Amino acid sequence: MTFRWTLAALLSHWRRRPGQAAALLAGLALATALWSAVQALNLAARDSYDRAAALLGGAATVSIARPEGGDFDQALFVTLRRAGWPVSPVLEGRARLGERTWRIVGVEPVTLPPGAALASLGEDAGPDDPAALLGRPRGALATPETLEAVGAGDGEAFEAGGLTLRAAARDGLAPATLVVDIGVAQRLLDAPGAVSRLVAPARHGRDPSELAALTGGRLAQLEASPDGDLARLTDSFHLNLTAFGLLAFVVGLFIAHAAVGLAFEQRLAMLRTLRACGVPARTAALALLAELACFALAGGLAGMALGYLVAALLAPDVAASLRGLYGAPASGELALAPAWWLSGLGMTFAGAMLAAGSGIWRAANLPALAPAQPLAWLAGHERRIRAQAFAATGLLMLSAMIARSGEGLVAAFAMLACLLLGAALATPALLSAGLAFGAARARRPLARWLWADARAGLGGLSLALTALMLALATNIGVGSMVTGFRDTFTGWLDQRLAAEIYVRAPGEDRARAFEAAAPALPGVSAVLPTRTAEIRLAGLPVELLGLRDHATYRARWPLLEQEAEAWDAVAAGEGALLSEQLARRLRVGLGDVVTAPGAEGPWPLRVVGLHPDYGNPKGQMVVGLDPLMERLPQAERGAFGLRVAPERIEATMSAITADPALAGVEAIDQAAVKRLSLGLFDQTFAVTGALNALTLGVAGVALLASLATLSAMRLPQLAPVWAMGVTRRRLALLEFGRTMALAAAVAVLAVPLGAALAWALVEVVNVQAFGWRLPLHLYPGQWALLAALALGVAALAAAGPVLRLARTPPARLLAVFAQER
Amino acid sequence: MLRVETLSKSYATPQGPATVLDGVSLEVGAGRTLALMGESGSGKSTLLHLVAGLDAPDEGRVFVGDAEMTGRDDAGRAALRRERVGLVFQQFNLVASLTVADNLAFQARLAGREDGVWTARLTERLGLAALTGRYPEQLSGGQQQRVAIGRALALRPALVLADEPTGALDETTAETVMTLMLELVAETGCALLMATHSARCAARLGERLVLRGGRVDAAAMRAAE
Ligand SMILES: Nc1ncnc2c1ncn2[C@@H]1O[C@H](COP(=O)(O)OP(=O)(O)OP(=O)(O)O)[C@@H](O)[C@H]1O
Ligand SMILES: [Mg+2]
Repeated sequence: MTFRWTLAALLSHWRRRPGQAAALLAGLALATALWSAVQALNLAARDSYDRAAALLGGAATVSIARPEGGDFDQALFVTLRRAGWPVSPVLEGRARLGERTWRIVGVEPVTLPPGAALASLGEDAGPDDPAALLGRPRGALATPETLEAVGAGDGEAFEAGGLTLRAAARDGLAPATLVVDIGVAQRLLDAPGAVSRLVAPARHGRDPSELAALTGGRLAQLEASPDGDLARLTDSFHLNLTAFGLLAFVVGLFIAHAAVGLAFEQRLAMLRTLRACGVPARTAALALLAELACFALAGGLAGMALGYLVAALLAPDVAASLRGLYGAPASGELALAPAWWLSGLGMTFAGAMLAAGSGIWRAANLPALAPAQPLAWLAGHERRIRAQAFAATGLLMLSAMIARSGEGLVAAFAMLACLLLGAALATPALLSAGLAFGAARARRPLARWLWADARAGLGGLSLALTALMLALATNIGVGSMVTGFRDTFTGWLDQRLAAEIYVRAPGEDRARAFEAAAPALPGVSAVLPTRTAEIRLAGLPVELLGLRDHATYRARWPLLEQEAEAWDAVAAGEGALLSEQLARRLRVGLGDVVTAPGAEGPWPLRVVGLHPDYGNPKGQMVVGLDPLMERLPQAERGAFGLRVAPERIEATMSAITADPALAGVEAIDQAAVKRLSLGLFDQTFAVTGALNALTLGVAGVALLASLATLSAMRLPQLAPVWAMGVTRRRLALLEFGRTMALAAAVAVLAVPLGAALAWALVEVVNVQAFGWRLPLHLYPGQWALLAALALGVAALAAAGPVLRLARTPPARLLAVFAQER
Repeated sequence: MLRVETLSKSYATPQGPATVLDGVSLEVGAGRTLALMGESGSGKSTLLHLVAGLDAPDEGRVFVGDAEMTGRDDAGRAALRRERVGLVFQQFNLVASLTVADNLAFQARLAGREDGVWTARLTERLGLAALTGRYPEQLSGGQQQRVAIGRALALRPALVLADEPTGALDETTAETVMTLMLELVAETGCALLMATHSARCAARLGERLVLRGGRVDAAAMRAAE
């Protein structure tokens, strides 16, 4: 009984102040929405990786392959099989079918180990048995979505790489992946007789050390399955998303905290009355907790729905970035896992407790005789501001300390967290100091009152202003980082794309034909063939890129550091150029020696230069083309570069397409490559941009909520001024000006923080997450734009309450004098 | 109905403990009314708070009927207060977000003893019938105090404690409110302990007790009679 009516009384407060209830719900919902959106995106991607890994058994199988990476001859498979090893061959690669590049997995259904997801697909047997499907009529298994993208229905035939395949839809397969018979894969990937690895049951009962003897030292059992590479490569991407989600969550909590804080202050009198009527402190606290749980549940569910919507909108962009950046098979489909619901709601509840915990704690320990002054909160403000400034100093110092000595991505984010939190805590103190300064210099009585009153009202607004400051600083910081990255990236592309036309030829025969025909094409001044090989250095996947010794590279290939005569050493097969991120991961510098695996034995290479290689998750090592073919004859052909006089580009392109001997050869000009690359870049950061804008929007809601709740509480302060002859219109204008002045002050504070954030992202997070260091660019024009946007948001938020003030009936103002409350 | 035995209370102040009550004893029987007088700061409110169990004394005991208020924890004191004690303060008595009707029935509901007929009669007698749907901020001060009195009595309490219930009202309104309260208290047969500055109000109650320096001032009481 007591509990029920106590709860009813507490809830009646929200019925009387629906705006405040809406603010609290909005805060919780928005916090949950952005967080759960990010989680949904991460979960969907992880699910794709897991499915890709499970295709061949995940932890239930082990892989046997060349320790240094790269394909090998299927004769080795036959040898092992003869020796009684339960291995099954797999060929993996990427091939273009239609518009997109697909992951091709070639397997041999009969020998697949039982742990593989593919093998279990056959358990429902019958004509659907993958052995039957893959074996006879060139079946190709894929998810229904993938098949739809390829343009084939279940059971239909489709053309791929000159073969006719029969599509078979299978749920649960990895997205963007075609599973085919290994013979088909060898033709699709133009790799006759090649195998990428052998899979065997994890408990195959054989001694792995036998392998060396059986294969002449060429194959070994891998410690970690290459299937895990994707998850490792994409970790930093997901960590970035998570950090953003967390930031938005915190900004949302600021709203919730502001609403709950005000509600507590306004209900102090009620709490005292409840106690006088015989409600124990514990019951009151429990009722407050139950009330909070109701809000958390409602706000949480609304937030989850909103989060799903946001995630669904962003999913295609995220999937495209993952595919483009990492070659990851991401589908862009969301799955509503129960774990997602639970963790999302869990975050809402935890967040609600964070936002309201101190209030409930105070209510539980409130003496029954506490003075019921609603503005006691503001009275204790000064002391709290000082404590906050103190904590802020500590946090900022801690952040500087981590920046100096911390290592790793987690330390980088810890540093960012300390920086942002410290700045957030310092904001009220700085604003208050600014207002005190203004009050001290004001001469006219009304101006004096205005300054002092603004300072008194800061307690209620400071949280929302802090949220605005954080959102603005993040926008500035991330904006600077992204724009700076884009500028660097564009400049780098200009340099790196030295050839005017890039050409890809399907298959070795065509490539040779093209190489022979190319010098005779109209306008071509040089042909630059390339070759690539996948190797592993210290367990890291590395792309070995063979470049012809040519003046084009010497003149234009961008290098960060280099030895004198670096290109000579590369051409001689003694030196290599390492991508920046690879050098950082291997912890090597100029003059160090790295050893690449050669067909005939180790190939020592001196590091003679470091080049930037933005957006490539794999390490890259540039070597001379001729030495590469000598040391690793199996290196695959890469794209050809053609140097062409700019005015002849079109003619050359059409000559390639027109020549029947060059059918199937794809040519693309430099401008198109740039467009594609920049398109991919923008798509990657579209997600960041969207999250950024949403965060600013959330901060706007926070400000609106605080202004709306404060406006009701502020009538007692305004009424006497009105009574002394200041019109309501004037008062409203003053209120508006005050809010705008505070927002402007916030914008001024946000700029240095945003710059610091940009610095941290560029100098620390990027280096840790991706391995490349970008030059730090600052964009004052962008800052001005964002500051104007923040002022606009503040103006929108202030408009409602100010208009209401201008139209307040005199009776309501008079009521302030009629009763003491 | 109410028995207070040698109640003592002191507050810690920067200058050391300040004794506010120093062994005060009193009794108010069922259906009796006692006015608590004394100059400002003499400890009237403190005594009422101790009796209501809003705070715990340093020494002494308080009985409401056969139940002891002292010696219980916060929850125990709250339960006894909820069941038997109606409180009326000078101001801020009502829950701002509840209507007059809900405020009136509030404590009775908390105690699980809502009596619709009695509440309706109280509403009628207090002249609040036309105002039941309003919120406290839409009432005058006198109307608000009548709702507070109604809430205390809707419970049919054993004891009503009032701390200057008419202190914030003008004289005429104060008169009306006092009259109503005394009539209704007599009707319910509960005991009333009321702190007041006003000799006029005190004179309308059955007995008077003056506090001075934390003790009952017998001389002042004789002078007052
Ligand atoms: N929480 C407290 N801490 C310290 N001293 C207190 C506290 N509460 C009350 N006092 C002191 O106890 C004394 C008695 O206060 P009390 O409120 O009981 O007086 P009162 O008789 O009700 O006065 P008034 O007629 O003005 O209402 C006063 O001197 C007061 O300063
Ligand atoms: Mg008093």
